[in-house]
Amino acid sequence: MSTQARAVEGPQLSKEEILRYSRHLIMPEVGMDGQLKLKQARVLMIGAGGLGAPLGLYLAAAGVGHLGIVDFDVVDFTNLQRQVTFSTSDVGRAKLEATKDRLAGLNPMIDIATYEARLTSSNALELFRGYDLVVDGTDNFPTRYLVNDACVLTGKRNVYGSIFRFEGQVSIFGAPDGPCYRCLYPEPPPPGLVPSCAEGGVLGVLPGIVGALQAIEAIKLILGAGDPLVGRLLLFDALAMRFRELKLKKNPDCPLCGTHRSITKLIDYEEFCGIRGEEAPAATINVPEITPRELKQRLDRGDDLFVLDVREPHEFQICNLNGYLIPLGDLPRRVHELDSSREIVAHCRSGKRSADAVEFLRKAGFRKIWNLKGGILAWSDEVDPSVPKY
Amino acid sequence: MAVKVLIPTPLRPFVGKRNSVDLKAGTVGEALGSLTTEFADLRKHLYTDDGRIRSFVNVYLNDEDIRYLDKENTPLKDGDTISIIPSIAGGAEN
Repeated sequence: MSTQARAVEGPQLSKEEILRYSRHLIMPEVGMDGQLKLKQARVLMIGAGGLGAPLGLYLAAAGVGHLGIVDFDVVDFTNLQRQVTFSTSDVGRAKLEATKDRLAGLNPMIDIATYEARLTSSNALELFRGYDLVVDGTDNFPTRYLVNDACVLTGKRNVYGSIFRFEGQVSIFGAPDGPCYRCLYPEPPPPGLVPSCAEGGVLGVLPGIVGALQAIEAIKLILGAGDPLVGRLLLFDALAMRFRELKLKKNPDCPLCGTHRSITKLIDYEEFCGIRGEEAPAATINVPEITPRELKQRLDRGDDLFVLDVREPHEFQICNLNGYLIPLGDLPRRVHELDSSREIVAHCRSGKRSADAVEFLRKAGFRKIWNLKGGILAWSDEVDPSVPKY
Repeated sequence: MAVKVLIPTPLRPFVGKRNSVDLKAGTVGEALGSLTTEFADLRKHLYTDDGRIRSFVNVYLNDEDIRYLDKENTPLKDGDTISIIPSIAGGAEN
């Protein structure tokens, strides 16, 4: 290692910064050069939620000099189970404001730019051009495809992370010789086909792990250190406590990043995720419905109604309408337990799963069946506020 | 060939909540066919009506994507692991 002082191009590190980042500086993999790279880096975070929380905290702590954050959401009480940048007193505040305060408190020496807007095809390209690297912490398919496409079109690498209950995925898309998200998944699942409502929920700490992994990859890319997850899909199963890795190849036929590119501009991603796909989305509007008030009236009148609850047993324990519990996934196998000569009202938490149940039962020949509009959540709002919402 | 099929979380409800299924098959296609015969509810999540694997599901033999091997004709060896990797979008929660 050279002992002569060298002129360093670009910003220097102040005495305060040298002290703050000393644990980085004493490692050869980072050193002064590396810390300066971090200081000059411009990283855009899409999403300040479950993944964005650990991501923002660790990128700020590491001294990434320019952090941009895109989010338009407001802190909700249910966010506090996993979005650890927030305090209880932040409920109701814009996530961006609360995040910026938290990160600036941790590291006042970095620059934090906030973009309180929904990322769309009309703003993404210009926004991405101002940054070196994008980290995807979003929670829906249209935005993931938008982020991917905008990254490839602007030549920015995309540190991807996603979670589902107890599992997570991490990779880097959009690297020059690497795959993009479309190489892995050319098309999104049609809405209604991937289990969502019934299988929702997430272990709070899971995005903490995955977001931190994304932060590590972002920092490695900035430093040019280690082996980045380009062409590698890291899978994490928290229950089994196992990490696995799958090979991701760049698809030569990929319409976005392959040899013959047909996608050269951003598209309508809602349409892409809503209309494209091999099956039409479940038509919930055509299912016969009953409102909570109507149901209450009929029950009070003494009508012989059979209430079918299609939620999961652990949901029944939270709150219930004393319904007969057959989880939606078990319905095909247990349909013989239902009497089609009786009037049946099916309900779930919010009305979506029970709409599927009603559709299934109608196809099976049930004629006297209704969906409880809005589910037990609406029952709590409109009939009995003592029923807890979840 | 005795192989193990790893079931991802979103599809576990359709295989009785198991996280893996052991079965015997000669090719990846046979293994998936056997799986969806035993667990009929799984079929529509893996296959389109005309029998193609859905494009938002990736199938791996050990750590290689079968699209770059021999797709469903990829032969199996004893001890192989087939992974089904659906796209997941969760980042916070919708």
